[in-house]
Amino acid sequence: MNEEFRKITRDGLWDNNIVFSQSIGLCPLLAVTGTAVNGLGMGLATTAVMVVCSALVSRGRLLIPPEIRIPIFVVLIAMVVTLVDMLMNAWLHEMHKVLGLFIPLIVTNCAILGRVEAYASRRPVAESTMDGLMMGLGFTLALVVLGATREILGAGTLFANASLLMGESFAWMETVLIDQYRGFLLMALPPGGFLMLGFILAGKKVLDRKLQARSKAVPVSLADTMQLEG
Amino acid sequence: MSNATLDSLRGFAANRWELLVRQFDDLDALRQRLDYQTYILAAAGLVSSLLLGIAHFATHDAIEARRNEDIQVTLEQILPDSLHDNRLVDDVKTIVEPGKTGTSETSVYIARRNGAATGVAFKFIAPGGYSGPIVLMIGMDKDGTVLGVRVVAHAETPGLGDKIERGKSDWILSFGGKSLDNTSPEHFRVKKDGGDFDQFAGATITPRAVVHGVESGLKFFQRHRAELLE
Repeated sequence: MNEEFRKITRDGLWDNNIVFSQSIGLCPLLAVTGTAVNGLGMGLATTAVMVVCSALVSRGRLLIPPEIRIPIFVVLIAMVVTLVDMLMNAWLHEMHKVLGLFIPLIVTNCAILGRVEAYASRRPVAESTMDGLMMGLGFTLALVVLGATREILGAGTLFANASLLMGESFAWMETVLIDQYRGFLLMALPPGGFLMLGFILAGKKVLDRKLQARSKAVPVSLADTMQLEG
Repeated sequence: MSNATLDSLRGFAANRWELLVRQFDDLDALRQRLDYQTYILAAAGLVSSLLLGIAHFATHDAIEARRNEDIQVTLEQILPDSLHDNRLVDDVKTIVEPGKTGTSETSVYIARRNGAATGVAFKFIAPGGYSGPIVLMIGMDKDGTVLGVRVVAHAETPGLGDKIERGKSDWILSFGGKSLDNTSPEHFRVKKDGGDFDQFAGATITPRAVVHGVESGLKFFQRHRAELLE
């Protein structure tokens, strides 16, 4: 059991990371990663939706006939996203003002449907919830890394406006790395996101190969055998 | 209705319920049935809509209150306290104008001191932003001189076009004191087009849209001045 959870964690965060390995969910990824804070907010909102959806689908998986599973998943995911949107607007209004724009975008994130379909619809509730959480955190990691590199190159700052998202107590995170920086427009725009993502994916491949060379007997990761279209 | 019929009805209902529940004993067989697929999809839709409906009613008032607070905060920034002694969010006039596509409604907040109108504020849309319309809130005194402008909502490029926000730069303050009388149409442009207002390095379209929007807001007031100030 413990071994299983450790594998889920490893898969979600690194080996089978939604962005770095499966390359899905790129639409919201490129749209919001202009800054690290936006990435973090979007990542956390997506994680919340993923956990709830995975748990729901896993709980009801025996009731759902395979022929119509996709429409049911879509209805469930859309419902959860709308609920999150409404509840946040009512009771976490400050956060909603920053993230409000991105929350409806979560519906378009095929990574959620992908995980629900590939994992939660065939596994018990505990594992599925864990998988949703870890995949979500892996997605958050990717968003923050991409957002941070684009923000540093594009605007010369890091975690700007962190206090808007998480409250005044996080104002210390806001740093100006390069004073009097003129800005690098390309990185602030979506094409820069594509370029940067390419570099990061290549970097991960190189890193993985180095790690593999160090410990010869690494099994082929799931990502190489399973490519989901996003 | 006699007790006997009630009892028989209750018995009938209990009998049917038991039959329904027994259907779920053999889920594998159930999932194969074509009619069951229709029912389960309908049930998913029903449960989702019910939950969303409940959430809507539970959050509606809170969301409305938050929205009013937001408007209140913006209003306080663009209409100085010294100008009015009434509650602005309660003193609203709705102006209906025929637009290109149907009619457009604008809610105008009237500032009054001792019952006499001293200024107005309203929210309107400046078209032609770099990525979609920009929503502005403008406040002006009874002669049509701008007291303040704030951007309420926009989707401009972070790091470039978003300098129109008060939180990011002082640019939006440059409208203070402008009116149609002291600024001719040739001057109601960005400097690049020969006008009075700065553009940003790397972003001209956004400020151009805002400048044009403010001008059309002033014209809107001019058209309805008598009606608004009566």
